[in-house]
Amino acid sequence: MSAPKTLYDKIWDAHLVHEEDDGTSLLYIDRHLVHEVTSPQAFEGLRMAGRKVRAPEKTVAVPDHNVPTSLDRAKGIEDEMSRIQVDALEKNAKDFGITYYGVDDVRQGIVHIIGPELGWTLPGMTIVCGDSHTATHGAFGALAHGIGTSEVEHVLATQTLIQKKSKNMKVEVRGTLPVGVTAKDITLSVIGRTGTAGGNGHVIEYMGEAIRNLSMEGRMTVCNMAIEGGARAGLIAPDQKTFDYVNGRPHAPKGGNWEMALEYWKTLFTDEGAHFDKEIILEAADIAPVVTWGTSPEDVLPITGVVPSPDDFTGGKVEAARRSLDYMGLTPGTRLQDVEIDTVFIGSCTNGRIEDLREVAKIMEGKRVKDGLRAMIVPGSGLVRAQAEEEGIAQKLIEAGFDWRMAGCSMCLGMNPDQLAPGERCASTSNRNFEGRQGRGGRTHLLSPAMAAAAAITGRLTDVRDL
Amino acid sequence: MEKFTKIEGVAAPMPLVNVDTDMIIPKQYLKTIKRTGLGVSLFDEMRYDTDGNEIPDFVLNKPAYRDAKILVAGDNFGCGSSREHAPWALLDFGIRVVISTSFADIFFNNCFKNGILPIVLPQEDVDKLMDDAQRGSNAVLTVDLESQTITGPDGGEIRFDVDPFKKECLLNGLDDIGLTLKNEAAIGTFESKYQAAVPWS
Ligand code: SF4
Repeated sequence: MSAPKTLYDKIWDAHLVHEEDDGTSLLYIDRHLVHEVTSPQAFEGLRMAGRKVRAPEKTVAVPDHNVPTSLDRAKGIEDEMSRIQVDALEKNAKDFGITYYGVDDVRQGIVHIIGPELGWTLPGMTIVCGDSHTATHGAFGALAHGIGTSEVEHVLATQTLIQKKSKNMKVEVRGTLPVGVTAKDITLSVIGRTGTAGGNGHVIEYMGEAIRNLSMEGRMTVCNMAIEGGARAGLIAPDQKTFDYVNGRPHAPKGGNWEMALEYWKTLFTDEGAHFDKEIILEAADIAPVVTWGTSPEDVLPITGVVPSPDDFTGGKVEAARRSLDYMGLTPGTRLQDVEIDTVFIGSCTNGRIEDLREVAKIMEGKRVKDGLRAMIVPGSGLVRAQAEEEGIAQKLIEAGFDWRMAGCSMCLGMNPDQLAPGERCASTSNRNFEGRQGRGGRTHLLSPAMAAAAAITGRLTDVRDL
Repeated sequence: MEKFTKIEGVAAPMPLVNVDTDMIIPKQYLKTIKRTGLGVSLFDEMRYDTDGNEIPDFVLNKPAYRDAKILVAGDNFGCGSSREHAPWALLDFGIRVVISTSFADIFFNNCFKNGILPIVLPQEDVDKLMDDAQRGSNAVLTVDLESQTITGPDGGEIRFDVDPFKKECLLNGLDDIGLTLKNEAAIGTFESKYQAAVPWS
């Protein structure tokens, strides 16, 4: 009998093309997702070397970072640099024979939302994209890596990636989540616990009852932020929920292939007794709705907490905390619930899916966005937007005072017109609170969609459980 | 890719922890479709005020460090996004070596693909080099990849580890794609076997 394997080991072994004595390996890639920001130099490299895309049928391109999300965006992209980048992607996709979803296609959206939605993302696959949040696809039990542009070029040319195997890390969340606590609170709490470097060099497998109980959308939220914990990939073993989600999607296997796939996918779990190099256990009951106070995703506190002081930390973090507090304009000792906000942003590849919008609609039931607050909802894809309209959620959110926008990355990172002004404070469902991330001088508090909705109602950071 | 054998140059101290890729090169510079020209925007928001004037306190604006080739940095340097624009900006500025106790994985990999050597050292070595780097234009270090050593201004030597394959690629300026295509037959064989076993992929 062979030694027990982790899920990561199994997917790795199934894709190993070649291994050198020192462990440097060539890994076969099943899906290559491409967006406009990290690919132009890669295609340019191919052209210069006279190379082709080895497997165009496994490669999918979509513009998301630069696209405006205003309702009139069909009239074109005003910013010249953005337009050039998007046009370059369209041309590269056409020239190299790659599937492309243009800005006017209802299937356009954030690359990590449309991959699963269209069935390009499947269990057991290796998936790469020139984007760190590729980790999202790990929710399906796929090994999904973010890669740099040189690697994008490498995958385009060879359909393989040079890798050394990472270590295995297990994050187990036991028990059931308290009311008002969501997938976003789990993933932020894990990062709060491990720090942003805690997962460096590891692939995380999330397991335990609280993870199993999450919907596919929730699982994607958890895996999405594996990268904020330093891990290059996060994984969740596929189960019936996964298969039900995948079944019938446009690019999912059909007929005999479906049966065959299902049989294989059911073998994708970590064997009893398999070795993990690092283990973290959380009790779901201990997780509260959380927000970030600083400029690193590890700066996480329960909403019932107060802004910390630099003296609460040690080492290099003292200076980092001082800098963060200064940037965020916060005074130690202030109750987080007393922090007033100017803007609410609901969207991104972390929380731009239909379930997130349903959650927001539920909290907003009979309530309104506080007067004078800027509150935007940006569906993660054109299809999510269409579904929300069909379910009547969109109408309710508009009536509650939200700005209902077209799909894209939007204010998750201000590469498009959606940006924070200097000093503007935002309750955001995105994944990064770095300095300047949402606009130069902008201040970001990361939280769940439910907490963002609560903040929209009161105009300050708010405990959703109190509503 | 430019070869990396030995670099001698000024080391700039950057003790801040968790320097993320948004700090190294903010998103507004990601709209380029080229690899070059990003050096002037390196650390943009820390380096210039909103009117575009240099902030004199920022380390790379100080006369002694304007031509730094080496960065000595706090823990977890390069965390955040996969943007290769971060190493492109460092390279374009002239930085060829970054030294820290730890790096984010993707950034670490991206450095090697661009002729930049990221060096991981224990805390006490980084502390010592950070001290050396504080000495302004006297903060000259020599980094020799062949012998895997860093020589400080006082002649003290620190050894570092580097992955043998990555070392080989850097020393010879080898292009990964060219190397991989030497295994093209293996890829073809794998592909046909795999496609038969997993026809839906
Ligand atoms: S939504 Fe944000 S994190 Fe996700 S791909 Fe877009 S910019 Fe990156």
